[in-house]
Amino acid sequence: MQEAMIKRAKELLTDGSVKRVIGWKRGEFAYDITPAVFESAEELDKDFVFDDFTSANVSKYLVKESKKEGKVLVFLKPCDTYSLNQLTKEHRVDRDNIYVIGIPGGPKLDIEKIKAKGITGILSVKNDNYTLKIETLYGEETMPFSEAILDKCASCKSKKHVTYDELIGEDGDVLDSDRFDMVEKLENMTAQERYDFWREQLSKCIRCNACRNVCPACTCEKCVFDNPNSGVENKAASDSFEENMFHIIRAFHVAGRCTDCGECSRVCPQNIPLHLLNRKFIKDINSLYGEYQAGADTTSRAPLTDYTADDCEASIVHERGAE
Amino acid sequence: MLKISLSRLEELFAAIAEKQTLYIPSDRADGAAEFTKWEPGKALTQKLNTLRSAKDFFFPQTENIVDFKMEGKNIQVIDQRSEHEDFVIFGVRPCDARSFTILDKVFLSEPVDSFYKNRRDHGTVVTMACSRPAETCFCGTFGIDATEPEGDAACWSDGEDLFIKANNDKGQAFVDSISSLLEEGDTAKLDQVKAKTKEILSRLPLANLSTATFGGDTLNEHFNSEKWAELSESCLGCGTCTFVCPTCQCYDIKDFNTGNGIKRFRCWDSCMYSDFTKMAHGNPRTSQLERFRQRFMHKLVYFPANNNGEFGCVGCGRCLSKCPISMNIVKVMKALEVK
Repeated sequence: MQEAMIKRAKELLTDGSVKRVIGWKRGEFAYDITPAVFESAEELDKDFVFDDFTSANVSKYLVKESKKEGKVLVFLKPCDTYSLNQLTKEHRVDRDNIYVIGIPGGPKLDIEKIKAKGITGILSVKNDNYTLKIETLYGEETMPFSEAILDKCASCKSKKHVTYDELIGEDGDVLDSDRFDMVEKLENMTAQERYDFWREQLSKCIRCNACRNVCPACTCEKCVFDNPNSGVENKAASDSFEENMFHIIRAFHVAGRCTDCGECSRVCPQNIPLHLLNRKFIKDINSLYGEYQAGADTTSRAPLTDYTADDCEASIVHERGAE
Repeated sequence: MLKISLSRLEELFAAIAEKQTLYIPSDRADGAAEFTKWEPGKALTQKLNTLRSAKDFFFPQTENIVDFKMEGKNIQVIDQRSEHEDFVIFGVRPCDARSFTILDKVFLSEPVDSFYKNRRDHGTVVTMACSRPAETCFCGTFGIDATEPEGDAACWSDGEDLFIKANNDKGQAFVDSISSLLEEGDTAKLDQVKAKTKEILSRLPLANLSTATFGGDTLNEHFNSEKWAELSESCLGCGTCTFVCPTCQCYDIKDFNTGNGIKRFRCWDSCMYSDFTKMAHGNPRTSQLERFRQRFMHKLVYFPANNNGEFGCVGCGRCLSKCPISMNIVKVMKALEVK
């Protein structure tokens, strides 16, 4: 797959169809891959990589890159195409200036899950028929591929590319995923249990803003939390609940726009399952307004910015909250 | 060397905690290790290092400095400083131990930061030598020997016993305070463990990373390098690297109107943030490229320029593991050293 991608990218660069290519650049180790912009065949040959660790969703870089002169080629996995559609819908990217090649999705691997097994000194990771063979400074280790799958891939919602200009490999279908199982578990807790769960998780927050900065739905020119004139701009929490509020407000702000790409939880250095907040909103929107998937298309009206006579009454929130 | 059987660690911790508050690295529910207050039953982590560094003990992420209360034309200034109780941090790794030396150069040089000094005076750092370094480790690049840790007192494990040695007077007082539990032990097995660790350290993927092309006199060539554009291109501008870093020391001081008086607080700042060093006239670094460059120039050029050649990094590898886009000081050094 990697060779086919490099070959096609070189063709499109050479014939002048595109000026730049967004993809992934290999790192020092097997897993530390960086999203990158490639501008020449030499760069592609030297550093372009597509493997089990190229999990980063590169669609957000298009906000900046699509505004530059000349077309930009981007390789998008199925989940990433939802993000691009949503950005297109919100007029945050210039879709006409983007050439999308759809590529197969995961499941991708989570190096943290490999390290959590006590495996360290990792020199290489090979997928041998769904057994990971890991060469380390301390000898070879093996573990099942299935136990190292990224959370966002483990509950994959779709193998379908919702926007592309060409495909390498085959397109898939929208899947029946179990992505709302944990949300249901949280819903079935008592209010106190749920509160305790989120307090434990969110109190780990170090306010690094990685979740916000990686999020394709967070593209405000100036975030309210970075704006000294907003009155809420602070690098420090004024009380022990402020980090919780930060995440609750952010979840509200992306409600109805979050495509559930899972990047927030992937990048959180403190392992906070932030995607569960977004999934709760998605699940509620589905049940209160009818099935809706943000990013599935670029033209439909989103439930939270639309009005129909069938909309649920506001009191539903109050009724459901009573316990 | 003095030693205690590893099977008696709980007893050792109890003895320390009887006299002072004890913090050890232990596993939390999600599997990550973090420094927590020891209480009976709390076990030392088997992980190489804590997710966050140990700098919080001396330089916390946030702290209140002073309160102002106004009544009519009177302003009352309330000093928030409190004398800290003595405490012990056990199990600090050699990289983090060196980070305190670096922070000391910033906070204990004139004018002395009395908040920091207060905590340094009350804390005893007990280090733990490494025996299973990770691929992301590169402390050797900065002259740190992971088998001979600094700190007030240092510990080693040979798999059966914990060996302990004082490095200074404070460390000696600590060792004396637990001497009834310790006995003289033979270090033959420990010497083997150390030799094996040294052999692994020499084979680490980053073992050959060198600071030779960096330092205080390399400012112009690096500052003007064309590489910064490409290196900073995919940076998200989040603060993960700076907040997990044991040596990042930049802070912001602000006044906060509580509605019932003013609180002046200090908190960690991050050069990655858009309002970093924002002053009345504006922001001196308006692009992510400039802010990104600042982080690495500070550690590799400005800090050694002002501190007799000492670099502002200890090679703990946290930023290598935690950066959401896997851009880090190693990649920057390797890119810049190529002419």
